[in-house]
This record gives sequence, structure tokens and C-alpha cells, in this order.
Amino acid sequence: MAGCFDGGTRLSVLGVAVGVIAEIWKGLKVTGRQMVRTVAGSGLVTIKYPDEFREKPQRFHGRHVLNRYPDGMEKCIGCELCAGACPARCIYVRGADNPPGEPRSPGERFGYVYEINMLRCIFCGLCVEACPTEAITMTQLFEMSTTTRDDAIYTKTELLMDPDGSVPHMFPSDPLARMEELATADGWLRATAPSGVAAYEGVAAWQGTPAAADWAPEPGQEHADG
Amino acid sequence: MDGIDILIVVGRVVATFVLLLLVTIINVWLERKVVADMQNRIGPLRAGPWGILQTVADGLKLFFKEQVMPRKAEMGMFVLAPFLAVIPAFLIFTNVPWGRPFSIGGREVILQGADLNVGLLAILALSSMAVYAVVLAGWSSGSKYPLLGGVRAAAQAISYEAAMGLSMVAVVMFSATTGEAGGTLSLAELVARQNGTFGDVFPAMDAVLRFVPRWNLIPQFVAFGVFFIAIIAETNRAPFDLVEAEQELVGGFHTEYSGMRFAMFFLAEYVNIFSMCALAATLFLGGWNGPTFEGAVPALVSAVLPTVWLLVKTYVLIFAFFWIRATLPRLRYDQLMNLGWKRLIPVSLAWLVVSMVALGYRSWGLPWA
Repeated sequence: MAGCFDGGTRLSVLGVAVGVIAEIWKGLKVTGRQMVRTVAGSGLVTIKYPDEFREKPQRFHGRHVLNRYPDGMEKCIGCELCAGACPARCIYVRGADNPPGEPRSPGERFGYVYEINMLRCIFCGLCVEACPTEAITMTQLFEMSTTTRDDAIYTKTELLMDPDGSVPHMFPSDPLARMEELATADGWLRATAPSGVAAYEGVAAWQGTPAAADWAPEPGQEHADG
Repeated sequence: MDGIDILIVVGRVVATFVLLLLVTIINVWLERKVVADMQNRIGPLRAGPWGILQTVADGLKLFFKEQVMPRKAEMGMFVLAPFLAVIPAFLIFTNVPWGRPFSIGGREVILQGADLNVGLLAILALSSMAVYAVVLAGWSSGSKYPLLGGVRAAAQAISYEAAMGLSMVAVVMFSATTGEAGGTLSLAELVARQNGTFGDVFPAMDAVLRFVPRWNLIPQFVAFGVFFIAIIAETNRAPFDLVEAEQELVGGFHTEYSGMRFAMFFLAEYVNIFSMCALAATLFLGGWNGPTFEGAVPALVSAVLPTVWLLVKTYVLIFAFFWIRATLPRLRYDQLMNLGWKRLIPVSLAWLVVSMVALGYRSWGLPWA
């Protein structure tokens, strides 16, 4: 196309016209081909969300969840390492001593207050990596829009999973609420993952969460661990 | 002229406007669907089957939205400009015959808003009027981007109107030699003169040419090319949409418009696309001419078929509009001016001379013979 409209070309008018039309036709063929592909059904790259959903990557960074051990004990020990690791400063934790007689967590202390401001969270997953007890992990839920700012601050009520392993949804009656997204764990690579060390070759250094449930192996793995 | 005649006039004007509004609603949706297909997307699909009511939904939404008035706007012009855009857009189509005339109860009914004997001139005048809307909208908004859009609109309209008019002249001149009554600017007459096939013109080659419709497109193909490019520029469509260039001018002349006033500009643009494509189909593609299978099909079907043919021809051109929009990037401003003044106008002038010589030779033979 260069030189077609610059007025300085030495080509004849007819030559320019034919050249321009040939170039335009080349472009039209591309869009025409894509249209035929789309109408035929093979070229479509978008989906009819929210009627259809894409399968998300297994290690998708979605909404957080606070896990429990299979016996029902909370994993969080209130150490605040997640709050320290958070680059967006959106996590607030206050630990407390376990009440004697009815401990909430296996350690000395438990997470008495646990709040995440989802408006500030950047879903980087550093809290998950920082957690020494795998208490906080991420799910695949990403539809978290709220109508008020207050609703975007998730407290322990919303974050902590029930003893049976199911995770509470902020708005369970919402038409977009999909509980299976909350129940789908992201992959959790252990902080001590010995990547590249020959002795650990073939050893799964990956754990599905929330740990209360029985997880299928990750693609490529023979059996689930955890 | 009695009451029934007046009723017929009112009826056909209303029918013309209803047709125009209906196809505009379809066209907005169709463009979004076609462009979506070309970009491997789905496009609107929520409102009605296949999203066909999307335009209605958008229109209703715009109807209830706030109409913001910038503090620096020239109020009178700002309010007037959308109407100046819509009125010529609708009036242009009233000149286009959209069906075969028929007689009912001894009265002749033409399917056309009005059959002016200067129809083409009226269309040129109205399409020049339309640019006032854009210029005034740009100027009265009291804002820099709309002003730039308005200035561009003025320059672009002047450049391309000339080429459009010259290519129309070639058509009018050509059809002046095909009818007995001499030259005409009436669109109904121009359509009537494209009736039949080229077998009627050259009886010697009737066996082959009887399948070639007697459209002005075939002898006047260069004029059609120039005309088609000019109407794309005239309707401010990509790749000539410098007037509203979203990326550079934030929407251009309608940046400051919202609500129903914006909707009127939007409506005018799509009405213009349809009217101009219908005009191109009328001038070059034989208008409503086409096989009606008289006798083989019910009378009602063969009465409706001419309208269908016009719509088919128009939609082929409209699809070309969409296709070009989805394909070509916007021209730079100097490229636009160069294409208009240095290419299209010389080409249409040269073509005019060529047609003149050819038609003169056909009418009077060689000057020295």
C-alpha cells in the first residue's frame, strides 16, 4: 500500500488502482475467511458466558478459603505470615490463644480474626505460599462483584470452610453463584518443593486443597497426594 | 385530487418511513453480527432470538438516559444538530423507488416517498445538508475533539461530494441515450430505463446477452466504483470515518452528545447507509428490476418480488460496507484528501469524458464522417 496515496509515485493511474484493489482484496479475503470459519462453527474464540463456562487452569488464582484438617480443626494458627507477605496489605489477622478444653486449631493459637479486603487483593497467591500450615489456599471462584464496599471485606464467616469441607459462598442465592468453583482447589505447590533435585524426581510435590476432601490427581500424576 | 389520493400519499410516505426504520433496526444488529463473525466472536445474542432485538433494547436505554449539556455548548445549535442529521437522512430515502408501481381501483400507486423529476439533485442537496449537522454539532459542543471532527467532516464532505456528483452525471448521461424522452433525473424513470436485458439493446447477440440484466453497472462500472467509494466517505464509514475516529477524536463530533440526541446521530448514520446503498442499487444495479415470474407464482408474490430484489441488491452493498469496515484501517487525513482530490475526481472526470465520447459516437457517428 505504501506509495499508493502519497502522490509521489511514478506508477500509472491504472497500475496504482489495480495495485490498491489487489491489496484491499487481500485484506477482504482474510476477514471473509474468518467469517466463513465462524459461521461454520470452527473459528469461534468466545463463549456464551454465563451460560457456558470455560474450564479454568487447575492452578487458577481465585477466591481464598481457610481450610480445616479432616478432623475438623482449623489449620490457621494466627501467625500473620500471610498478612506480612501480602504486597497489597489486604489481609488482617489477629491470633488468640486456643481456649483450653476446646481447641480450635492443633497449635497454641488460632486465627481469632481473619479478614481479607477483596477490593485490594491482587490475587498473587503470596499468602498461600507464606502459610506454614496450608491454612489459606485459593479456589477457582472469581465472580466476586458486590454492590457495597463492605461486602467486599471477607471475614472468617465467609472464608472458613465448614467442617464437612464445603465452602460458604458470599451470595449463595446469586444466579452466578457456582459452588463447584469454590470446591475446586487450585494447585498448591509446597514451599519446600524440591524442583530440580534429582532425588525427588517423580515425587509429587504438589497437593490439592482444601485438604478435607479427596482430590483427584493433577493431570500427569498417577495418584493424588496430600 | 380527492381524499383517497391524499390517503394514498400519506400511506406510501408512512410505508416508506416504516420500511426505513425497520431495516435500520435490522442493520445495526446485522452489522454487529457480521463484524462479530469476522472477528471470531458471537455478537449480540441476549435480546430476542439471535439478539435481533438488541437495537430496540439499546434505543430504549438511550431514550431514558440523561442528556448531558456541556456548559460551554451553544445551546440552540447543540439541540438542533441531531435533528439536522436525522431529517436529511430520512428525506434521501423518500426519493428512492422501493417497489414496482401498481394500480388499485383505477389509481396508480407508486412505492416511493415522492417521485421528484429532479430526484438526483434533491438527493445531492440533502446529502450536503447532512454535513451541516455534523459541523454544527462539532462546533456547538464547545469542546476540542468535536470541533476537530466537525472540521474534518466539512472537508471530507466537500471532497467526496464532487466525485459522487460526477459519477452520477455519467449515469444520467448514459441513461439519457437509452430512453426516448431524453435525459432525466427522476429515479423512477432511471429505474424504468434499466428494465430488461442487454439482449434488447444488441439483438444480434441476444442468445448470450439475454441473461445479462440491463444495469447501468455494466457500461458504467468505473462510475460505480467511484460512487461506491464516495458513498462510504459520505456516510462517514470506515475506512473514511475520520469524523468520528474513536481512537483519535474520542468519538468526534458526537463526543458531547448523550441519550436520545446521540441516538439520533446514530440513527441518521444507519439510515444514511441504507439510503445510500439503496440509491447505489437504484442507479447502478437496476433498482427493483428483476424477474417477477409473472403467472408462475401468485399475483401477490410477484407484486412483492420487486421490493425483495431491491432489498437483496441493497443488502449486498450493505454487506460490502460491513466487510470493508471490518477489514480496512482508517485513512490518514492527507491520504483521505489525496484520494478524493487527486484520484477520485480525476478518475470520474476522465470517465465522464470517455462516456461522452462513446455516447456521442453512438448517437451521431464519427465527427468527420
